[in-house]
Amino acid sequence: MITIVFGVFLLTLLLIVAIAIVREQDLFTAVTLMGIFSLLMAANFFVLDAADVALTEAAVGAGISTVLLLGALALTPGRERSIPKGRWLALVVVTLTTLVVVHATFGNPRLGDPGAPVHQHVAPWYLEQTPELIGIPNVVTAVLGSFRAYDTLGEVIVVLTAGIGVLFLLGLPGAVGERRREELALGRTYLSHHLVPQVVGRLLIPFILLFALYVQFHGEYGPGGGFQAGAIFASAIILYALIEGEREALTVISPRLLVWMMAGGALLYGGVGVVTMLLGGNFLDYSVLAEDPVKGQQWGIIVIELGVGITVAGVLLAIYHAFAARGR
Amino acid sequence: MELFGLFNYWVFALLLMVGFYAVISRPNLIKKLLGLSIFQAAVFLLYITMDKVEGGTAPIIQKGVDDAIYSNPLPQVLILTAIVVGISTLALGLALVVRIYEAYGTIEEDEIQQQDLNR
Repeated sequence: MITIVFGVFLLTLLLIVAIAIVREQDLFTAVTLMGIFSLLMAANFFVLDAADVALTEAAVGAGISTVLLLGALALTPGRERSIPKGRWLALVVVTLTTLVVVHATFGNPRLGDPGAPVHQHVAPWYLEQTPELIGIPNVVTAVLGSFRAYDTLGEVIVVLTAGIGVLFLLGLPGAVGERRREELALGRTYLSHHLVPQVVGRLLIPFILLFALYVQFHGEYGPGGGFQAGAIFASAIILYALIEGEREALTVISPRLLVWMMAGGALLYGGVGVVTMLLGGNFLDYSVLAEDPVKGQQWGIIVIELGVGITVAGVLLAIYHAFAARGR
Repeated sequence: MELFGLFNYWVFALLLMVGFYAVISRPNLIKKLLGLSIFQAAVFLLYITMDKVEGGTAPIIQKGVDDAIYSNPLPQVLILTAIVVGISTLALGLALVVRIYEAYGTIEEDEIQQQDLNR
Protein backbone atom coordinates (compact mmCIF):
# COMPACT_ATOMS: atom_id res chain seq x y z
CA MET A 1 0.00 0.00 0.00
CA ILE A 2 2.62 2.52 1.08
CA THR A 3 4.77 1.42 -1.90
CA ILE A 4 1.93 2.23 -4.29
CA VAL A 5 1.37 5.69 -2.76
CA PHE A 6 5.11 6.36 -2.92
CA GLY A 7 5.24 5.14 -6.51
CA VAL A 8 2.31 7.32 -7.60
CA PHE A 9 3.90 10.33 -5.87
CA LEU A 10 7.26 9.78 -7.60
CA LEU A 11 5.67 9.19 -11.02
CA THR A 12 3.57 12.37 -10.74
CA LEU A 13 6.69 14.37 -9.86
CA LEU A 14 8.46 12.75 -12.82
CA LEU A 15 5.72 13.91 -15.18
CA ILE A 16 5.78 17.47 -13.81
CA VAL A 17 9.56 17.67 -14.21
CA ALA A 18 9.37 16.29 -17.76
CA ILE A 19 6.84 18.94 -18.80
CA ALA A 20 8.98 21.63 -17.14
CA ILE A 21 12.02 20.45 -19.15
CA VAL A 22 10.13 20.80 -22.43
CA ARG A 23 8.63 24.20 -21.54
CA GLU A 24 11.81 25.76 -20.13
CA GLN A 25 13.59 27.99 -22.64
CA ASP A 26 16.77 28.45 -20.64
CA LEU A 27 18.73 25.33 -21.53
CA PHE A 28 20.88 25.42 -18.38
CA THR A 29 17.72 25.17 -16.27
CA ALA A 30 16.41 22.40 -18.53
CA VAL A 31 19.64 20.40 -18.11
CA THR A 32 19.55 20.80 -14.31
CA LEU A 33 15.92 19.63 -14.35
CA MET A 34 17.08 16.66 -16.44
CA GLY A 35 19.39 15.66 -13.56
CA ILE A 36 16.44 15.82 -11.15
CA PHE A 37 14.38 13.79 -13.63
CA SER A 38 17.03 11.04 -13.67
CA LEU A 39 17.27 10.96 -9.88
CA LEU A 40 13.47 10.60 -9.60
CA MET A 41 13.62 7.88 -12.22
CA ALA A 42 16.30 6.05 -10.19
CA ALA A 43 14.11 6.24 -7.06
CA ASN A 44 11.25 4.84 -9.14
CA PHE A 45 13.35 1.91 -10.36
CA PHE A 46 14.25 1.18 -6.75
CA VAL A 47 10.58 1.12 -5.72
CA LEU A 48 9.99 -1.35 -8.58
CA ASP A 49 12.63 -3.79 -7.16
CA ALA A 50 15.28 -3.02 -9.78
CA ALA A 51 18.24 -2.22 -7.51
CA ASP A 52 20.90 -2.72 -10.21
CA VAL A 53 19.09 -0.46 -12.66
CA ALA A 54 18.53 2.22 -10.01
CA LEU A 55 22.26 2.25 -9.24
CA THR A 56 23.08 2.64 -12.95
CA GLU A 57 20.51 5.37 -13.55
CA ALA A 58 21.71 7.35 -10.50
CA ALA A 59 25.37 7.20 -11.57
CA VAL A 60 24.88 7.62 -15.33
CA GLY A 61 21.69 9.66 -15.68
CA ALA A 62 21.92 12.03 -12.75
CA GLY A 63 25.73 12.23 -12.68
CA ILE A 64 27.57 11.85 -15.95
CA SER A 65 24.87 12.82 -18.44
CA THR A 66 24.34 16.15 -16.62
CA VAL A 67 28.08 16.89 -16.85
CA LEU A 68 28.15 16.00 -20.56
CA LEU A 69 25.09 18.15 -21.32
CA LEU A 70 26.65 21.08 -19.45
CA GLY A 71 29.90 20.49 -21.33
CA ALA A 72 28.03 20.68 -24.63
CA LEU A 73 26.11 23.79 -23.50
CA ALA A 74 29.40 25.54 -22.72
CA LEU A 75 30.18 25.22 -26.44
CA THR A 76 26.73 26.18 -27.80
CA PRO A 77 24.18 28.92 -27.02
CA GLY A 78 22.57 28.45 -23.62
CA ARG A 79 19.17 29.80 -24.59
CA GLU A 80 16.53 28.41 -26.88
CA ARG A 81 15.08 30.88 -29.38
CA SER A 82 11.47 31.63 -28.48
CA ILE A 83 9.27 29.28 -30.46
CA PRO A 84 6.94 30.54 -33.15
CA LYS A 85 3.23 30.08 -32.53
CA GLY A 86 1.20 27.57 -34.47
CA ARG A 87 2.50 24.24 -33.25
CA TRP A 88 -1.05 22.94 -33.18
CA LEU A 89 -0.38 20.07 -35.54
CA ALA A 90 2.31 18.66 -33.22
CA LEU A 91 0.00 19.04 -30.23
CA VAL A 92 -2.86 17.26 -32.01
CA VAL A 93 -0.60 14.38 -33.14
CA VAL A 94 0.82 13.97 -29.64
CA THR A 95 -2.61 14.06 -27.96
CA LEU A 96 -4.07 11.49 -30.35
CA THR A 97 -1.08 9.17 -29.94
CA THR A 98 -1.28 9.48 -26.14
CA LEU A 99 -4.95 8.46 -26.26
CA VAL A 100 -4.14 5.46 -28.46
CA VAL A 101 -1.29 4.31 -26.16
CA VAL A 102 -3.41 4.82 -23.01
CA HIS A 103 -6.21 2.85 -24.65
CA ALA A 104 -3.73 0.04 -25.35
CA THR A 105 -2.67 -0.10 -21.67
CA PHE A 106 -6.13 -1.36 -20.67
CA GLY A 107 -5.13 -4.72 -22.13
CA ASN A 108 -2.01 -4.87 -19.92
CA PRO A 109 -1.78 -6.95 -16.74
CA ARG A 110 -1.99 -4.94 -13.50
CA LEU A 111 1.25 -3.82 -11.82
CA GLY A 112 2.77 -6.74 -9.88
CA ASP A 113 0.45 -9.40 -11.30
CA PRO A 114 2.38 -12.71 -10.84
CA GLY A 115 0.38 -14.28 -13.69
CA ALA A 116 1.55 -11.76 -16.29
CA PRO A 117 2.92 -13.36 -19.49
CA VAL A 118 6.36 -11.81 -18.95
CA HIS A 119 6.82 -13.89 -15.77
CA GLN A 120 5.88 -17.19 -17.44
CA HIS A 121 8.52 -17.54 -20.12
CA VAL A 122 12.25 -17.81 -19.42
CA ALA A 123 12.51 -15.77 -16.18
CA PRO A 124 11.49 -18.58 -13.75
CA TRP A 125 14.11 -20.77 -15.39
CA TYR A 126 16.82 -18.12 -14.73
CA LEU A 127 15.76 -17.81 -11.09
CA GLU A 128 15.69 -21.60 -10.62
CA GLN A 129 18.89 -22.53 -12.45
CA THR A 130 21.21 -19.69 -11.42
CA PRO A 131 22.22 -21.17 -8.00
CA GLU A 132 22.87 -24.54 -9.60
CA LEU A 133 24.61 -23.54 -12.86
CA ILE A 134 26.38 -20.28 -11.92
CA GLY A 135 26.42 -20.36 -8.12
CA ILE A 136 26.19 -16.60 -7.51
CA PRO A 137 23.37 -14.86 -5.60
CA ASN A 138 22.71 -11.91 -7.94
CA VAL A 139 20.57 -13.30 -10.77
CA VAL A 140 20.81 -10.02 -12.73
CA THR A 141 24.60 -10.36 -12.91
CA ALA A 142 24.29 -14.05 -13.83
CA VAL A 143 21.92 -13.30 -16.72
CA LEU A 144 23.98 -10.30 -17.83
CA GLY A 145 27.36 -12.01 -17.65
CA SER A 146 26.65 -15.59 -18.60
CA PHE A 147 23.19 -16.47 -19.94
CA ARG A 148 23.04 -13.40 -22.16
CA ALA A 149 26.77 -12.77 -22.54
CA TYR A 150 26.53 -12.32 -26.35
CA ASP A 151 24.04 -9.51 -25.85
CA THR A 152 26.25 -7.78 -23.28
CA LEU A 153 29.29 -8.09 -25.57
CA GLY A 154 27.23 -6.37 -28.25
CA GLU A 155 26.30 -3.54 -25.87
CA VAL A 156 29.94 -3.03 -24.91
CA ILE A 157 30.85 -2.78 -28.60
CA VAL A 158 28.06 -0.20 -29.08
CA VAL A 159 29.43 1.89 -26.18
CA LEU A 160 32.93 1.61 -27.67
CA THR A 161 31.65 2.62 -31.13
CA ALA A 162 29.84 5.67 -29.72
CA GLY A 163 33.03 6.66 -27.89
CA ILE A 164 35.06 6.33 -31.11
CA GLY A 165 32.44 8.44 -32.88
CA VAL A 166 32.75 11.25 -30.33
CA LEU A 167 36.55 11.16 -30.61
CA PHE A 168 36.28 11.37 -34.41
CA LEU A 169 33.97 14.39 -34.15
CA LEU A 170 35.67 16.33 -31.37
CA GLY A 171 39.16 14.85 -31.02
CA LEU A 172 41.04 14.08 -27.83
CA PRO A 173 44.24 16.10 -27.44
CA GLY A 174 47.24 13.96 -26.63
CA ALA A 175 45.62 10.67 -27.64
CA VAL A 176 47.66 10.39 -30.84
CA GLY A 177 51.16 11.73 -31.43
CA GLU A 178 53.49 13.47 -28.99
CA ARG A 179 52.06 16.37 -27.04
CA ARG A 180 53.65 17.96 -24.02
CA ARG A 181 51.77 18.02 -20.76
CA GLU A 182 51.94 21.82 -20.55
CA GLU A 183 49.98 22.21 -23.77
CA LEU A 184 46.93 20.38 -22.47
CA ALA A 185 44.09 22.68 -21.38
CA LEU A 186 46.28 25.74 -21.30
CA GLY A 187 45.23 28.57 -19.00
CA ARG A 188 42.27 26.90 -17.33
CA THR A 189 41.64 27.53 -13.66
CA TYR A 190 38.41 25.61 -12.91
CA LEU A 191 37.43 25.46 -9.24
CA SER A 192 41.00 25.31 -7.95
CA HIS A 193 40.68 28.72 -6.27
CA HIS A 194 37.43 27.80 -4.45
CA LEU A 195 38.32 26.32 -1.08
CA VAL A 196 35.09 24.53 -0.11
CA PRO A 197 34.56 22.41 -3.27
CA GLN A 198 38.24 21.58 -3.27
CA VAL A 199 38.32 20.33 0.33
CA VAL A 200 35.02 18.44 0.02
CA GLY A 201 36.09 16.94 -3.30
CA ARG A 202 39.44 15.78 -1.94
CA LEU A 203 37.67 14.13 0.97
CA LEU A 204 35.09 12.44 -1.25
CA ILE A 205 37.09 11.26 -4.27
CA PRO A 206 38.98 8.39 -2.54
CA PHE A 207 35.73 7.01 -1.17
CA ILE A 208 33.97 7.27 -4.55
CA LEU A 209 36.87 5.33 -6.13
CA LEU A 210 36.72 2.74 -3.34
CA PHE A 211 32.95 2.42 -3.83
CA ALA A 212 33.49 1.92 -7.57
CA LEU A 213 35.86 -0.98 -6.85
CA TYR A 214 33.38 -2.43 -4.34
CA VAL A 215 30.54 -2.24 -6.88
CA GLN A 216 32.82 -3.82 -9.51
CA PHE A 217 33.96 -6.82 -7.49
CA HIS A 218 30.89 -7.29 -5.28
CA GLY A 219 28.50 -7.31 -8.25
CA GLU A 220 28.07 -11.09 -7.99
CA TYR A 221 26.69 -10.84 -4.46
CA GLY A 222 24.84 -7.52 -4.35
CA PRO A 223 23.63 -4.89 -6.79
CA GLY A 224 26.48 -3.85 -9.02
CA GLY A 225 28.74 -4.89 -11.86
CA GLY A 226 30.91 -3.49 -14.60
CA PHE A 227 28.48 -0.95 -16.07
CA GLN A 228 27.76 0.72 -12.72
CA ALA A 229 31.36 0.54 -11.51
CA GLY A 230 32.69 2.05 -14.74
CA ALA A 231 30.26 4.96 -14.48
CA ILE A 232 31.06 5.59 -10.79
CA PHE A 233 34.82 5.41 -11.46
CA ALA A 234 34.46 7.88 -14.35
CA SER A 235 32.39 10.26 -12.19
CA ALA A 236 35.14 10.27 -9.51
CA ILE A 237 37.78 11.24 -12.08
CA ILE A 238 35.43 13.84 -13.64
CA LEU A 239 34.93 15.37 -10.19
CA TYR A 240 38.73 15.50 -9.84
CA ALA A 241 38.98 17.18 -13.24
CA LEU A 242 36.34 19.76 -12.32
CA ILE A 243 38.13 20.64 -9.07
CA GLU A 244 41.81 20.40 -9.95
CA GLY A 245 41.61 21.15 -13.65
CA GLU A 246 41.77 19.21 -16.87
CA ARG A 247 45.53 18.91 -16.92
CA GLU A 248 45.82 17.23 -13.52
CA ALA A 249 43.15 14.69 -14.44
CA LEU A 250 44.89 13.94 -17.74
CA THR A 251 48.12 13.38 -15.80
CA VAL A 252 46.43 10.77 -13.62
CA ILE A 253 44.97 8.93 -16.62
CA SER A 254 46.69 10.03 -19.82
CA PRO A 255 44.71 10.34 -23.09
CA ARG A 256 46.74 7.51 -24.56
CA LEU A 257 45.81 5.23 -21.63
CA LEU A 258 42.14 6.22 -22.08
CA VAL A 259 42.19 5.02 -25.68
CA TRP A 260 43.78 1.76 -24.55
CA MET A 261 41.15 1.37 -21.81
CA MET A 262 38.32 1.87 -24.32
CA ALA A 263 39.57 -0.85 -26.65
CA GLY A 264 41.23 -3.04 -24.00
CA GLY A 265 38.07 -3.73 -22.00
CA ALA A 266 36.13 -4.89 -25.05
CA LEU A 267 39.17 -6.90 -26.16
CA LEU A 268 39.36 -8.58 -22.73
CA TYR A 269 35.68 -9.51 -23.00
CA GLY A 270 36.05 -10.95 -26.50
CA GLY A 271 39.35 -12.59 -25.48
CA VAL A 272 37.56 -14.62 -22.81
CA GLY A 273 35.27 -15.90 -25.56
CA VAL A 274 38.23 -16.92 -27.72
CA VAL A 275 39.91 -18.66 -24.74
CA THR A 276 36.77 -20.69 -24.04
CA MET A 277 36.74 -21.73 -27.70
CA LEU A 278 40.41 -22.79 -27.54
CA LEU A 279 39.63 -24.85 -24.42
CA GLY A 280 37.00 -26.75 -26.39
CA GLY A 281 33.82 -24.97 -25.35
CA ASN A 282 31.48 -22.63 -27.19
CA PHE A 283 32.15 -18.88 -27.53
CA LEU A 284 31.66 -17.31 -24.05
CA ASP A 285 30.76 -20.65 -22.44
CA TYR A 286 32.76 -20.20 -19.24
CA SER A 287 32.22 -23.74 -17.91
CA VAL A 288 35.47 -24.92 -19.47
CA LEU A 289 37.60 -22.28 -17.70
CA ALA A 290 38.05 -24.43 -14.54
CA GLU A 291 37.80 -28.06 -13.46
CA ASP A 292 34.47 -27.37 -11.81
CA PRO A 293 31.99 -25.84 -14.33
CA VAL A 294 30.41 -23.61 -11.64
CA LYS A 295 33.84 -22.21 -10.66
CA GLY A 296 34.55 -21.65 -14.36
CA GLN A 297 31.32 -19.66 -14.73
CA GLN A 298 32.27 -17.47 -11.74
CA TRP A 299 35.78 -16.81 -13.12
CA GLY A 300 34.34 -15.95 -16.52
CA ILE A 301 31.82 -13.49 -15.07
CA ILE A 302 34.48 -11.75 -12.94
CA VAL A 303 36.79 -11.28 -15.94
CA ILE A 304 34.14 -10.07 -18.40
CA GLU A 305 32.67 -7.68 -15.79
CA LEU A 306 36.18 -6.25 -15.40
CA GLY A 307 36.34 -5.79 -19.18
CA VAL A 308 32.95 -4.05 -19.18
CA GLY A 309 34.03 -1.76 -16.32
CA ILE A 310 37.29 -0.76 -18.04
CA THR A 311 35.58 0.02 -21.36
CA VAL A 312 32.71 1.99 -19.79
CA ALA A 313 35.06 4.04 -17.59
CA GLY A 314 37.42 4.66 -20.54
CA VAL A 315 34.66 5.72 -22.95
CA LEU A 316 32.88 8.03 -20.48
CA LEU A 317 36.14 9.70 -19.45
CA ALA A 318 37.32 10.09 -23.04
CA ILE A 319 33.97 11.65 -23.99
CA TYR A 320 34.17 14.07 -21.05
CA HIS A 321 37.74 15.11 -21.91
CA ALA A 322 36.82 15.50 -25.59
CA PHE A 323 34.06 17.98 -24.68
CA ALA A 324 36.15 19.79 -22.07
CA ALA A 325 39.20 20.15 -24.34
CA ARG A 326 37.09 21.73 -27.09
CA GLY A 327 36.81 24.91 -24.99
CA ARG A 328 37.10 28.35 -26.46
CA MET B 1 -5.92 -0.13 -5.37
CA GLU B 2 -7.06 -1.73 -8.62
CA LEU B 3 -7.33 1.81 -9.92
CA PHE B 4 -3.58 2.39 -9.65
CA GLY B 5 -2.68 -0.94 -11.24
CA LEU B 6 -2.22 0.76 -14.61
CA PHE B 7 -0.92 4.10 -13.36
CA ASN B 8 2.68 3.28 -14.32
CA TYR B 9 1.61 2.57 -17.89
CA TRP B 10 -0.30 5.85 -18.12
CA VAL B 11 2.75 7.77 -16.91
CA PHE B 12 4.77 5.84 -19.51
CA ALA B 13 2.37 6.95 -22.26
CA LEU B 14 2.43 10.60 -21.14
CA LEU B 15 6.23 10.72 -20.70
CA LEU B 16 6.71 9.11 -24.10
CA MET B 17 4.60 11.79 -25.74
CA VAL B 18 6.07 14.69 -23.74
CA GLY B 19 9.48 13.63 -25.07
CA PHE B 20 8.12 13.14 -28.58
CA TYR B 21 6.47 16.59 -28.52
CA ALA B 22 9.84 18.19 -27.74
CA VAL B 23 11.42 16.32 -30.66
CA ILE B 24 8.84 17.33 -33.27
CA SER B 25 7.89 20.84 -32.13
CA ARG B 26 11.14 22.45 -30.97
CA PRO B 27 13.72 23.56 -33.55
CA ASN B 28 16.52 23.68 -30.95
CA LEU B 29 18.79 20.64 -31.38
CA ILE B 30 19.76 20.32 -27.71
CA LYS B 31 16.07 20.48 -26.75
CA LYS B 32 15.42 17.71 -29.24
CA LEU B 33 18.10 15.57 -27.57
CA LEU B 34 16.58 16.25 -24.13
CA GLY B 35 13.22 15.18 -25.58
CA LEU B 36 14.79 11.99 -26.91
CA SER B 37 16.24 11.31 -23.44
CA ILE B 38 12.77 11.65 -21.89
CA PHE B 39 11.35 9.38 -24.60
CA GLN B 40 14.05 6.82 -23.84
CA ALA B 41 13.48 7.06 -20.06
CA ALA B 42 9.78 6.36 -20.66
CA VAL B 43 10.67 3.10 -22.42
CA PHE B 44 12.94 2.17 -19.50
CA LEU B 45 10.00 2.79 -17.16
CA LEU B 46 7.77 0.50 -19.25
CA TYR B 47 10.25 -2.38 -19.03
CA ILE B 48 10.98 -1.98 -15.32
CA THR B 49 7.24 -1.74 -14.57
CA MET B 50 6.81 -5.16 -16.16
CA ASP B 51 9.47 -6.77 -13.92
CA LYS B 52 7.61 -6.08 -10.66
CA VAL B 53 5.94 -9.01 -8.89
CA GLU B 54 3.51 -8.40 -6.04
CA GLY B 55 5.29 -8.90 -2.70
CA GLY B 56 8.57 -9.56 -4.52
CA THR B 57 12.07 -8.27 -3.88
CA ALA B 58 15.20 -7.60 -5.94
CA PRO B 59 16.39 -10.83 -7.63
CA ILE B 60 19.34 -11.50 -5.34
CA ILE B 61 19.02 -15.00 -3.91
CA GLN B 62 19.60 -15.30 -0.17
CA LYS B 63 20.81 -18.54 1.37
CA GLY B 64 18.36 -20.19 3.74
CA VAL B 65 15.35 -18.26 2.43
CA ASP B 66 13.16 -20.62 0.42
CA ASP B 67 9.80 -18.87 0.19
CA ALA B 68 11.02 -15.51 -1.15
CA ILE B 69 9.38 -14.09 -4.28
CA TYR B 70 11.79 -12.46 -6.71
CA SER B 71 11.01 -9.89 -9.36
CA ASN B 72 11.81 -10.71 -12.97
CA PRO B 73 15.58 -10.26 -13.65
CA LEU B 74 15.36 -10.20 -17.45
CA PRO B 75 13.91 -6.68 -18.04
CA GLN B 76 16.42 -5.37 -15.51
CA VAL B 77 19.35 -6.80 -17.50
CA LEU B 78 18.03 -5.32 -20.75
CA ILE B 79 17.54 -1.84 -19.27
CA LEU B 80 20.78 -1.87 -17.27
CA THR B 81 22.81 -2.11 -20.46
CA ALA B 82 20.43 0.18 -22.37
CA ILE B 83 21.05 3.05 -19.91
CA VAL B 84 24.81 2.99 -20.55
CA VAL B 85 24.30 2.68 -24.30
CA GLY B 86 21.84 5.60 -24.03
CA ILE B 87 24.40 7.95 -22.48
CA SER B 88 26.98 6.99 -25.12
CA THR B 89 24.60 7.75 -27.97
CA LEU B 90 23.49 10.98 -26.25
CA ALA B 91 27.16 12.00 -26.11
CA LEU B 92 27.51 11.21 -29.83
CA GLY B 93 24.46 13.39 -30.55
CA LEU B 94 25.88 16.23 -28.46
CA ALA B 95 29.19 15.98 -30.30
CA LEU B 96 27.32 16.32 -33.60
CA VAL B 97 25.45 19.38 -32.24
CA VAL B 98 28.74 20.99 -31.19
CA ARG B 99 30.19 20.46 -34.68
CA ILE B 100 27.01 21.77 -36.32
CA TYR B 101 27.23 24.91 -34.19
CA GLU B 102 30.87 25.40 -35.20
CA ALA B 103 29.95 25.03 -38.89
CA TYR B 104 26.67 27.00 -39.00
CA GLY B 105 26.80 29.30 -35.96
CA THR B 106 23.35 28.21 -34.83
CA ILE B 107 21.66 25.12 -33.39
CA GLU B 108 18.11 26.04 -34.46
CA GLU B 109 17.01 23.54 -37.09
CA ASP B 110 15.09 25.95 -39.37
CA GLU B 111 18.00 28.43 -39.50
CA ILE B 112 20.39 25.60 -40.43
CA GLN B 113 18.09 24.52 -43.27
CA GLN B 114 17.76 28.14 -44.43
CA GLN B 115 21.55 28.42 -44.62
CA ASP B 116 21.70 25.19 -46.61
CA LEU B 117 19.15 26.57 -49.09
CA ASN B 118 21.02 29.86 -49.51
CA ARG B 119 24.32 28.13 -50.12
